Amino acid sequence: MPLNPDFLGRALPPSAPYQVGIEKIREFADALGDANPAYREEAAARALGHPAVLAPPTFPIVMTMAIGRPLVHDPELGLDYSMVVHGEQRFRYTRPVYAGDVLVGRPQLTELRTIGRNESLTWEAAISTADGEPVVVVSTTLVSRGTAAPRGE
Amino acid sequence: MAAPRDGAPHYADVEPGLELPPLTIRLTRLDLIRYAGASGDFNTIHWNERIATGVGLPGVIAHGMLTMAQAIRVVTDWCSDPAAVLEYGVRFSRPVLVPDDDEGAELTVSGVVEEKLDGGLVAVTLTATSGGERVLQKARALVRLP
Repeated sequence: MPLNPDFLGRALPPSAPYQVGIEKIREFADALGDANPAYREEAAARALGHPAVLAPPTFPIVMTMAIGRPLVHDPELGLDYSMVVHGEQRFRYTRPVYAGDVLVGRPQLTELRTIGRNESLTWEAAISTADGEPVVVVSTTLVSRGTAAPRGE
Repeated sequence: MAAPRDGAPHYADVEPGLELPPLTIRLTRLDLIRYAGASGDFNTIHWNERIATGVGLPGVIAHGMLTMAQAIRVVTDWCSDPAAVLEYGVRFSRPVLVPDDDEGAELTVSGVVEEKLDGGLVAVTLTATSGGERVLQKARALVRLP
């Protein structure tokens, strides 16, 4: 079934605060096998001019799914997750994510497209500190396979 | 930002066409499970052969986000300060198939400076391949150099 076009532009209030823990950053870097000391040791991060250990560029994905769930899993949108593949992903940083940050994300559905029999949906999570300092915008494009309305319908 | 580490690239010294040191990474089933736990993405197609083949995949595949995370290491290893990456985007074009053996899949990533922009920024294009196929398209990072 096609996605509900009324959702284009829809925005939801900020998510519950996410506390960025230093051990979570280390765990994420370990899972990548990335030994960069800036992800692990405060002294190494400070030597690069940072106030705290920083997270790898794709780390915000850890909190992004929870931010998007109320929007993307709204039954009114009509997205069947069994038909979904991850199409594109993008991160646009204002500043790095640091251990100790308390972050919230505001989700918004920014694009709906039909490509043949597939549909694509793009939503953005504007992630900021709980105090409102912008940190990163995470943009996710999902492709819903074979759900577009047949032509002429 | 503090002064760059010795050996870190400077904007003035970088020209379009510069090739970044490539990276080859092995991904085994254990790596997928470890990434699932670290990222919170427990989609079964990344660890269960029965479910993966049941939805028409040739087998268990790596998380696209794991491939994306590995690919940018070519940039973060090169510029030493990971915060130099201001923007990073990819399109997932093919899955990385991870067999149930000790070797796993091989992912090879290369990067090239595509363009020099104002404000100390350079655009880097990444090429990620596995099993002879490009697994990412439009993989591009905007990087700020000292």
